Amino acid sequence: MNVILSSRLQKTTVLIVGLVVLAVVMVASILFGINRYSLTTAVEAYTQFSGSEEHLIITTSRMPRTLTAVAVGSSLAVAGVLLQALTRNPLASPSLIGVNAGAAAAIVTTIVVFGSQFPVSQMMWAGFIGAGVTALLVYGLASAGRGGMTPIKLTLSGAAVAAFASSVTSLFMLLQEKTMTEAFYWLVGSVEGRQLDHFVMIIPYLLVGWLGAMLLTGSLNLMVLGDDVATGLGQKIILVKATAILIVVLLAGGSVALAGPIAFVGIIIPHLCRFLVGLDHRWLIPYSIVFGGAFLVCADLLSRLVLMPLRLEVPVGVATAMIGVAFIIPLVRRRAYA
Amino acid sequence: MHRHVVIRTKKPALSFHVNKRALGINFILFLLLSVVIVLSIGLGSLHIPVWEVIKAFVGAGSEQNELIVLDWRLPRVVVSVMVGASLAVSGAILQSLVRNPLASPDLIGTTAGATAAAVAFITFAKDVSVQWMPLVALIGGLLTATLTYLTAWKEGVSPFRLALVGVCISAGMGALTIFFMVITQTHKASNALGWMTGTVYGMSWVNVMTLLPWTVLFLVATIFQIRYLNAQELGDDIARGIGVAIDKKRLLLIAISVALAGAAVGVAGGISFIGLMAPHIARRLVGSAYGYLLPASAVLGGMLVVLADLIGRTVFLPHDLPAGIFTAAIGAPFFVYLLYKTRNHQ
Repeated sequence: MNVILSSRLQKTTVLIVGLVVLAVVMVASILFGINRYSLTTAVEAYTQFSGSEEHLIITTSRMPRTLTAVAVGSSLAVAGVLLQALTRNPLASPSLIGVNAGAAAAIVTTIVVFGSQFPVSQMMWAGFIGAGVTALLVYGLASAGRGGMTPIKLTLSGAAVAAFASSVTSLFMLLQEKTMTEAFYWLVGSVEGRQLDHFVMIIPYLLVGWLGAMLLTGSLNLMVLGDDVATGLGQKIILVKATAILIVVLLAGGSVALAGPIAFVGIIIPHLCRFLVGLDHRWLIPYSIVFGGAFLVCADLLSRLVLMPLRLEVPVGVATAMIGVAFIIPLVRRRAYA
Repeated sequence: MHRHVVIRTKKPALSFHVNKRALGINFILFLLLSVVIVLSIGLGSLHIPVWEVIKAFVGAGSEQNELIVLDWRLPRVVVSVMVGASLAVSGAILQSLVRNPLASPDLIGTTAGATAAAVAFITFAKDVSVQWMPLVALIGGLLTATLTYLTAWKEGVSPFRLALVGVCISAGMGALTIFFMVITQTHKASNALGWMTGTVYGMSWVNVMTLLPWTVLFLVATIFQIRYLNAQELGDDIARGIGVAIDKKRLLLIAISVALAGAAVGVAGGISFIGLMAPHIARRLVGSAYGYLLPASAVLGGMLVVLADLIGRTVFLPHDLPAGIFTAAIGAPFFVYLLYKTRNHQ
């Protein structure tokens, strides 16, 4: 595999450059949109808050949105790296194992069963749990058949479970039409209109996920060599796999609870990072955190600006899916399938 | 063993090798379908006894019953049968081509593409009659399937590549669908949702007439390809060895499969999993000789959609729910069962 950055110094430099890029796009995301602000206004919003409209927009809309995008982008990218290492399949990603459909089904079920008296934050827990259960179910099913888990079985059982979950979602939404408007919020992947409270509520879980992923890097490097080799080198593979899956559930579930279904970040970013730093997870994970965050902020900024003359916003989940399809098909084509 | 009977005629010189059991099962399935049709026409928010249904068929029933049976419920059931049969045969063909028991028309993007096109139509075409929607959906499905096929093509189409590209393109189309739903108004989005799930609600004889030519044309076309399907089952090398132009036939068969599924989706929306379930059940019952497998799949597919629609319009009264919800709710666990089963068999 051709790796662009070979020496340690280069890798560190690019990582720092990545952090700078992340900071720049975050600032851009706070300043640009339908209303534009200057950097001084943004700083004043925090140093000398005056309660003016622009200060309010910056603190309650732009800032939470940007932070959410960073957190979700990073988490999805790291979840992608973990899943790809576990399945030894470069096409595995959180969106393919049904977390999104599972979260939506759980939320709609909650609305129908308990009524809509719950605030958004409670709904997020439902989504979190739904995503987790679905991910475990898909992973379990894919490993169950003959020959253990193969890429194609993971993809297909993901598709099947997702189809089942969506049929539950549709059933409830058609039975009670008013759930439709409420649930729609989660059916569309977007970081728009997220509040700082929600971000604060979920971020601890994401942080634990990132930290866990960082601690797991050494084991992941061995897991990639195959179960037998990893066992031979002293890895407790069942423990490592279970931990990794748990981290994926935390990261992907937290992301979908915050931002709804945002597809393909978990495929695109790990690939780009592998292209930059190779297969060493000790570099791959931090790179994915930094560039995943920067990517989603960029995508959000773009999808905010592209239809601005029409006063419309493209939900960022749609934008990433479009970029993702264009990105992934050449990848599929390049691999040889018998 | 007397499972087979050989029939030879001297003039014209024909020879048939008939599997008695498979033929018998096909016959029984056909009878069963007729019974299901009559029963399902009788059931509904207004119950009509079987005898009255039959009387209405032959024109001897009361005026009210004839209206309900002939003008309301019969077209709905006929469309269900055609949609189910088309999807099932489409799935059976794909499974033979991809040589993967888990292939289905949903997999190569037909359904997702048709949905995206239909939702775009609901969103943008404000003054155009809804009657054009099936056509728009059909075109969307065909284009998407073509796109999948072309992007999966690399010195021939490998089954795995086709499946993976199909899943990706479906995801992209799903995102487009969501986008259209976001920029449209909510009540329209609700229409779109019902349609996406797949429903035969409100079908009339006009719909029957729209779908009938396609279904008949392509089902007949499939009958002529049966021997190639059988050859294909033996693997690429053997098929080539006994004189099948593989890539040409494969393209033709995919085209037939997509046309069948596309037309069905165009009329009834994304009724899922029929293309997967029906051929499988049929294979268990009659074996994998396509001469028996295709009719059995078609009949089973039709029966499944009729039953799903029956559940949708009777169990949750007064709601009339899309049949697609129930095909997916039964289909997904069935699919999982198939994944399991491959552990012990083959």
